[in-house]
Amino acid sequence: MTRSLSAPVTVAFDYTRSTGPVLGRFLTGLRDGRVIGGRTSEGKVVVPPPEFDPVTHDPVAEFVEVAPTGTVASWTWVPEPVKDQPFDRPFAFVLVTLDGADVPMLHALDVSSVGEVSTGMRVQVRWAEERVGSITDIACFEPATDGGFETGASAPSSTIDPVTGVIVPVSLDYLYAASPEESAFYRGLNEGRIVGQRCPTCQKVYVPPRSACPTDGTPTAEEVEVSQTGTITTFCIVNVPFLGQKITPPYVSAYVLLDGADIAVLHLILGVPAAEVRMGMRVKAVWKPREEWTYSLENIDHFEPTGDPDADYDAYKHHL
Amino acid sequence: MAKQPAAVVGVGQTHHRAKREDVSMAGLCREAMDRALADAHMSLDDIDAIVVGKAPDLFEGVMMPELFLAESLGAAGKPLLRVHTAGSVGGSTAIVASSLVQAGVHKRVLTVSFEKQSESNAMWALSVPLPFNMPVHAGAGGYFAPHVRSYIRRSEAPTHVGAIVAAKDRQNALKNPYAHLKNPDTTVESVLASQMLWDPIRYDETCPSSDGACALVIVDEDVAAASPNPAWIHGTVMRSEATTAAERDQVNPQASRDAAAALWKQAGITSPVDEIDAAEIYVPFSWFEPMWLESLGFAEVGAGWRLTESGATAMDGRIPVNCSGGVLSSNPIGASGMLRFGEAALQVRGAAGDHQVDGARRALGHAYGGGSQFFAMWVVGSEKPTN
Repeated sequence: MTRSLSAPVTVAFDYTRSTGPVLGRFLTGLRDGRVIGGRTSEGKVVVPPPEFDPVTHDPVAEFVEVAPTGTVASWTWVPEPVKDQPFDRPFAFVLVTLDGADVPMLHALDVSSVGEVSTGMRVQVRWAEERVGSITDIACFEPATDGGFETGASAPSSTIDPVTGVIVPVSLDYLYAASPEESAFYRGLNEGRIVGQRCPTCQKVYVPPRSACPTDGTPTAEEVEVSQTGTITTFCIVNVPFLGQKITPPYVSAYVLLDGADIAVLHLILGVPAAEVRMGMRVKAVWKPREEWTYSLENIDHFEPTGDPDADYDAYKHHL
Repeated sequence: MAKQPAAVVGVGQTHHRAKREDVSMAGLCREAMDRALADAHMSLDDIDAIVVGKAPDLFEGVMMPELFLAESLGAAGKPLLRVHTAGSVGGSTAIVASSLVQAGVHKRVLTVSFEKQSESNAMWALSVPLPFNMPVHAGAGGYFAPHVRSYIRRSEAPTHVGAIVAAKDRQNALKNPYAHLKNPDTTVESVLASQMLWDPIRYDETCPSSDGACALVIVDEDVAAASPNPAWIHGTVMRSEATTAAERDQVNPQASRDAAAALWKQAGITSPVDEIDAAEIYVPFSWFEPMWLESLGFAEVGAGWRLTESGATAMDGRIPVNCSGGVLSSNPIGASGMLRFGEAALQVRGAAGDHQVDGARRALGHAYGGGSQFFAMWVVGSEKPTN
């Protein structure tokens, strides 16, 4: 068994990106099957258009339609595509200078082997079957066919319903690793015990253990099992629902200072109406059924009042 | 070598709104930057270096946004720095920018900070559940509510003091053309009647979620000579501490007290409540006004709420706090600290418009972030510092 516990965690959100007028104009063009560049103060046509001029710093305001055909300025071969790349088969990333533009743009080129891509080759846009106002409205580039290019152009929609935003899904997969000391804490929870560590310098007992004392920086080693009973130092009644919430509001989120510990843990209080929860209230851990235990603080389902008299304010006021 | 004098000669900000769907992130920053440059009678070509600040990248889902923003912000060919210290970042970004001038490295530095909260959901971003842990976190409100409860218990403050702060700041916001919330009907009674979100914090005692940016032009003594009303920087300080530690004071953190003491010493101030004419204090939840009044030394420990309750923090009071409407009225998180610093500068420049404190000569800008973990503060004055 390794010293450290780890578990996957995914952080995902569909971001709602405002494009602003310049990139909005470019994306509106793509939706219409047209490639729109911006003319800079030096007269260069750049695709996609920069939001602000690189020399004058003014907003780019002159737009130019360029051809959906161009020339490969440089490229790289992708022999083993990864998730979310334009193709699941080998392809090339290319810098294409579109006819009418002065600066190349980046996109994918659909060819079946590395021998079919070269600098200077002529390529053309392959439009997506459905265009929505996104860079992926250009599905990819493909080798130019003889006799002109395939146009995707339809009537301009820019004045009626311009693109002002795009939705950008982001999903990051991590492997979350607990420290060896925290892992010992979670293993203790899997045995029904709450295990902290004492700082050899200041003697404070940390639950969960921190590997090093946050105050002294001293590495901690001595394990200390603390009580399953403690005192609510302070708390919040969460009434607000929010995205990703795991517990249905209203619920009481409280700092519980376990007897024998010098720092409170944040946990859930049940078994008492929220309005009756008090600072100083004595509470005890209520565990989930043993068969549901894992390496988690969630093995403790919640804390509930012991029924004992409240702790004196002086007993916990230094923990606020 | 002593610090070189530095001054703010340009302040710009956006019209803060829940959603600024009309602009991109770059456009939002440029709106604030262009106003700051116009205020300073400069163009981007005059600027030596650019310092960018914003809060966690998860808020917009762009890792290191300063990379793609560089060209739009006019940073090509210039030094570009990005600062991040959670909610205090707007303040610490301004301090990093000012230190480049005070150190004699640059003569004209432009600093900008922003947040485009509408691109995602900060509550979600601050509450992502971690494996093995208890998923009881509930955003910034959920984090700070227990500590507000501790303050109320410790100080024995009457429970309506938070509502006094919220009503005051929302009324002040009506005088600020850039403020996000404009609720003319907000009163102490209406605040007290609003929904309890994170008990003891009510809906109306909570900052909004805003899109916005703020920018400052900070220059050296020679350049400032051309300005009719520079805001001279009399002191800057940043302090940090551990998020969690045994017996850490979460109501009145050590780093906050230490920062304030160092700031007043630098600025030659012995009685802040008497010597500061206007304070812009980071108050995202109403109760943080009395909490920070104590921590900053405007009131004795336990007496901050009395200052608030007495009306002393109102615009016509002894120590006006957040005449701009504060974080409670506009909260583009990354910019919120710089807005405090910028509004302090506007006060001593006599340029705060309808929310100007008459004759303000010295003002405080304050920001905090993380779990009351990072602190950034400055004092600006209408006169050149003598220390």
